Amino acid sequence: MTHELHVNRIACRAHGLCAELLPEGIDLDEWGYPIVAAGPVPDELLADARAAVAACPALALRLAGTG
Amino acid sequence: MTTRLDTEGRLLAGNHDPAPLGAAEGLIDAVERAGLRGRGGAGFPTGRKLRAVAAGRGPATVVVNACEGEPVSAKDHALLTRAPHLVLDGAVLAALAVRAHRIVVCVHEGDPLGPALTAVLATRHDPVPVRVRAVPRRYVASEESALVNLINTGDARPTSRPPRPDQRGVGGRATLVSNAETLAQVALIARHGADWFRTAGTAESPGTTLVTIGGAVRDPGVREVALGTPLGQVLEHAGAAADAQAVLVGGIAGAWLPLPAAAAVPLAHRELHEAGAPLGVGALYVLPARACGLAETARIAGFLAGESAAQCGPCMFGLPALADDLTRVVGGDGTVVARLRHRLGVVEGRGACRHPDGAVRVTRSALDVFADDLARHAAGRPCVHIGQARVPLRRRYP
Repeated sequence: MTHELHVNRIACRAHGLCAELLPEGIDLDEWGYPIVAAGPVPDELLADARAAVAACPALALRLAGTG
Repeated sequence: MTTRLDTEGRLLAGNHDPAPLGAAEGLIDAVERAGLRGRGGAGFPTGRKLRAVAAGRGPATVVVNACEGEPVSAKDHALLTRAPHLVLDGAVLAALAVRAHRIVVCVHEGDPLGPALTAVLATRHDPVPVRVRAVPRRYVASEESALVNLINTGDARPTSRPPRPDQRGVGGRATLVSNAETLAQVALIARHGADWFRTAGTAESPGTTLVTIGGAVRDPGVREVALGTPLGQVLEHAGAAADAQAVLVGGIAGAWLPLPAAAAVPLAHRELHEAGAPLGVGALYVLPARACGLAETARIAGFLAGESAAQCGPCMFGLPALADDLTRVVGGDGTVVARLRHRLGVVEGRGACRHPDGAVRVTRSALDVFADDLARHAAGRPCVHIGQARVPLRRRYP
């Protein structure tokens, strides 16, 4: 089972907490909106990814299991 | 390959037989065998969409997208004016095939097509209730999830996927959102069969398609073309200027192709996609020799920025930034070219709908196709064609 991060672009309000908590997997663009690294989240970053999902004030970040 | 290039063709003749309602049985198979792909822009296989909706639980809805929000496209209006019954027959047949309990025909507010279709519907006795719904005249309002959202909540803005409308759409039920021409093609397949459909076009891109040809051509307007016909032949038929420099393919959110270099590219799904200019809504806008493709694209990018639903940050902020950068380049400022290229990559693929992707595609294609102009402007020589707007960006009705 691998996991991927998905951003709900409509819900996202560019708070930026996700990039603080998961800098390895999330960049911010010049307007403050997240750019998520493509592909599955590496196992060693899963805990940080879950923290980023939980921290999003807009509930715009989701960790989805695939395969 | 059958080449078919005329102004009547299969769709626009207007003298079609009544709908064979019995053909709804087996229609999905027939549409799949025919290889029909949607004519509203995305080119998704129609049979697969019908099957997905038919597999949904509970009564489905069929939404006919007759908005034709693309300013350079007029084919759905030509079709709905000359052969409205064909589109409505297709909608009814599709509704019976997917067991839909209602049909909603979406037309822009203030479009005379709305009252005209209401009058046509009053003369029909359809087995499924059909109503006409007015849609705000915004570019993104006729995106498929926006139409579903409008019908559900009155808000004509796109929604996040999943779920897709074919999974959960109007009233939370599976919903078929199809372009008007697509449904007319479905009606023809129901009448004449998949084999007949394939007698035009190529094995891979079967059938005919409507195209809207505009710009530097002697005889602009809507034509029906066999898929696979070389682009140059289609343009020649419309009397395109011999020295035309480029053609905008697929709509204003499509892509530029250079002329005459791209004249041999077949007007077909895969070939156009590989050339970087997907068929989209089948609009072809020819740019004359003395015009600036970059200036035109800066206008287009500005228009698309203004048409953002302003829901997703990368679209809301990114599209005006792209338009602004390109406008500066046209004005002779070469310092922003690198930033513009970077921003194209940043914005692409980061909207809930594909609106930002269209703006990125048309801008990126302009930087490629008008590379000479780009080099001149970037070297500090502003465009001499500024202010000569050509590509029409507004609809004609009041």
